[in-house]
This record gives sequence, C-alpha cells and structure tokens, in this order.
Amino acid sequence: MKIVVTIIGQDRVGIVARAAALLAERRVNILDINQNIVHGFFNMVLIAEMAEAGGGLRGVQEAFREMGTEMGLDIKVQHEDIFLAMHKV
Amino acid sequence: MLELREILETNRMIGENRLDVRTITLGISLRGCARESGPALCRAIYDKITTTARNLVRVGEEIEATFGVPIVHKRISVTPISMVAESSGLASYVPVAEAMDRAAREVGVNFIGGFSARAEKRLAESDRILIASLPEALAATEIVCSSVNIGSTKAGINMDAVREMGRTVKKTAELTAERDAIGCAKLVVFCNAVEDNPFMAGAFHGIGEGDLAVNVGVSGPGVVKHALEAVRGQPLDEVAETVKRTAFKITRVGQLVAREAARRLGAPMGIIDLSLAPTPAIGDSVAHILEEMGLEKCGGPGTTAALALLNDAVKKGGLMAAQHVGGLSGAFIPVSEDAGMIDAAASGALSLEKLEAMTCVCSVGLDMIAIPGSTSAETIAAIIADEAAIGMINAKTTAVRVIPVPGKEVGDSVAFGGLLGHCPIMRVNPTRADAFIARGGRIPAPVRSLTN
Repeated sequence: MKIVVTIIGQDRVGIVARAAALLAERRVNILDINQNIVHGFFNMVLIAEMAEAGGGLRGVQEAFREMGTEMGLDIKVQHEDIFLAMHKV
Repeated sequence: MLELREILETNRMIGENRLDVRTITLGISLRGCARESGPALCRAIYDKITTTARNLVRVGEEIEATFGVPIVHKRISVTPISMVAESSGLASYVPVAEAMDRAAREVGVNFIGGFSARAEKRLAESDRILIASLPEALAATEIVCSSVNIGSTKAGINMDAVREMGRTVKKTAELTAERDAIGCAKLVVFCNAVEDNPFMAGAFHGIGEGDLAVNVGVSGPGVVKHALEAVRGQPLDEVAETVKRTAFKITRVGQLVAREAARRLGAPMGIIDLSLAPTPAIGDSVAHILEEMGLEKCGGPGTTAALALLNDAVKKGGLMAAQHVGGLSGAFIPVSEDAGMIDAAASGALSLEKLEAMTCVCSVGLDMIAIPGSTSAETIAAIIADEAAIGMINAKTTAVRVIPVPGKEVGDSVAFGGLLGHCPIMRVNPTRADAFIARGGRIPAPVRSLTN
C-alpha cells in the first residue's frame, strides 16, 4: 500500500529531516518527494510504500499529527487510492 | 506515478471546495422481522438494526481517515414499515418508529429512513395505519424519516392518498409547532419513489432489494462552482464539458468509498447516487453554480435552462465513473439547505412557482420549503398533486417536503438548525383548490405508461 503525505506551512529548519526520520522509524519507504518554497511557505508532497511498515496507516497518521502540532504544519497522510481513483482511469 | 498537481487538486477540492461523500447509507431488509404481535415486531426490528449496522459508523470513520475525505453522514434505510408491520395487529405504528429511533441511536447513525408506505394506486389498510401514525411518530422520534409514494408513471396519482398527505403534513406541523414544525422536515411525499435512494428524508430499502445494500451519495457543489470560475464568459458547451469532467472526478471518489465500505461491512455494494447536494455553508451551493453561469440571481429568467444543463452534465460525467448508478441522481434544490437559494428566496427572485418549474429538469422536487402556517391542508395537497403530475408525466421522481410553520407568515423566517438550515417563509398562491382535492379518486396512468 502506498501513502501520500502532504505537508504545508511556514518554512523552518528540519521539516524534511523530521518527516524522513519518522517514516524510517516505521520502515516506510520513500518513493518520491516533491518539495518547494512559495512566498516563504513550505510545500511538500511525498509518496511512500508501506509494505514493510509496522503500526499501520493509523500509526503513521498519529505520528504526523504530533509532528504537525509541534512544528505548526498542516500535514495530511492519505491512502494513494483516492488520488488514483480521481485522476487515473 | 501520480503528479504533484493531481494530488494538490484533490486536496484543494476537499479542503477549500468542500468535496465530501455526503452519505454512506446501509440498506437493511426488515422482511424477516414481520411478527404477529406489536412488541415482538418492535423487538425484532431493534435487534436486526442494532446487530446488522453495529459497525457502520466505525467503518465510515475509518474510511474517512484512510482517504482523508469527509464522509458527512452514516445512515440506515429499511424496508417500508407499512409492509413489515402489516401482520402485527398494531392499530398504530408509533411504537415501531420509536423502536427504529432507539436502534438508530444505539448504532450512532444520524438518520434512519423507511417509516414509509407505497400507495401509488390504492391505500391498503396498513398504509392507512402508517399515515395515521405519522404526525405522532415524527413528533415522538428524533431521527426517524418517512416517505409516502402517492403516484407513479405506471399507476397514475392516488388522489385519496394525496388528500390524506395534505392533512398529515398539517397535523405533523401542529404536533411539532414548538420546534417550527421540524417534523415536516422528516417527511417526503413522492411520485416515482426510488428504492435505492441513500439521501434523507426519502431513503427506504426497496422490496426488490436484497438483504443488505451499501448505497453512497456523493456531493460537491463547491467543486463544480470553482471549476466553472475558470471558464467564465465561454460558450455553454464549455460549461457542460467542465461540469462533466468535474462530476466524473467527484463520482470516482464516491465509487472508491462505496467499494471500500461494502468490503469492510461485508455487504453488497448497491448504487452511487450522482447528486449535487448543497449545504447551508458558504461555498456549497447549487444556486451559486447557476449564478456562476451568468444569472444575476437564482430563480430569475434563465434558471430552468441553466439547471437543465447542470443536471444533465452531472449525470453524463458521473455515469462513467460509477459501477452502478441509482438513487435520485441529479442536482438537489432544497431551499433552506442552500445559501444561494436562501438568498434568492429572501430577495424575492425565487418563487414557489419557479421552483416547481425547476423540478421539471432536476432531481426530485419542492424540497425544504417553509410556507405560511395558515396554508390549508387542501392547498398543500394540491401542491403535492401538481408536483406528482410533473413526475408522472415526465417519468421522473418528484417529491414535496414543505413545512407549514405554525404562527409564521410571509416576511418571517425560520431556522431548523444544522444541515437543515434556515429560510424565509415563501408565498403560496392564495387561490383555492378545495373542490378539486375533495373529489379524491385517482388520476389515471398517462399514455406514456403503456410502454410494453
């Protein structure tokens, strides 16, 4: 199962590092990262594979919720099927 | 691989444009619950609902978390109670409504539909008992919804039932007068009712359905409005294409959720209802889509044409995205539940007569319209008959959910709260149809019913 992590918020040091570490701890493998800064705002979309992950989607969502609260970021973690359903026929 | 813009587009639709799955409605057959005593019947219905739907809300919330898309309602529809209760010997079906209410609260859904009767040709004794029970049942329960089918293209219009429903709407309003006649918001009178509708108040689990069905209603007026902002001034062909493309995307999400809900609940997937269902929230209005097309105000000249285009394009776009399409499928125009409709009604641009014309080209009918409390039962019956005639002749579903608010007149307004919204009291044509309604009998099935 693949997940899509979307992170939006004020740019600061350590967002990518924290997100990558969080995923690595749970053995979630990053497949693709798209990141940029627009008018000082940090935007990142990350696609990752959960095949070897422990703790399931809920665990990852909970960990990112804590990270979002601590760093003042808006973070979504979604199953990729919602995007595939909408955009890929 | 997914593209960045696709991911951002989906999340913008959900975040800014209020894309949601409006409802997962679990249809439950109560055919096996028929019993020869009232208490046994009520117990069987309570047990059936609480065991069958015990995971519905949790599953809905899990799917919502997995995909990051709101699933606003989790609901239940059941076999029309006039059929299930027929051999119970009960002289009133109020206890059955109360059992439904208790069961639905127990499993945590926010509405249960199916306190219903089908009487398009004649009223059977059980239909009479159900209709007579309606005012008290709707006053005594919180989340039970009811519908009565009084006509169809195949059967014509049962004017005895129409007359009865005019009185029933009035009595329901009186019994819930202290809450601005909220009982009437839970009562729909249909022509050509559909058996797999996931939307309230008109949902019931049809007699031709299996034991269970997962029916899903999609939504997203805000998404369509936003998409049309990009084609301002362009020909209407482009408007239709844009609506189609958007409806396709919205419906694919509904299909995904329906498939997943069916799998997790261990129930067959029923249908996707391709509907644009507004809410009173800003940015979630069907009226504002019509205004985006170029109308100064919804309800003015051009409204019916714009709505016809919208309704047809939603169906064309959604059709290819869903495995099975059903329910009401079209744009809804409930007045109190749509910020643009509320504005249009308050400004005088939108009248009851224009709404009636609009129902010829869109989903369902006169919906969530507050009218003066002084409106007579005969006039309400005549409004129901007019709407049913449109459904019968055009082979489409039409419905009436009007709320005659006791003590209120044109110039007043009423607030129902939550998704039921608020609206001004709308003017009703004062000329009377009492003698027409008093005739009773049946309006024969139209020529177009003879399709075999």
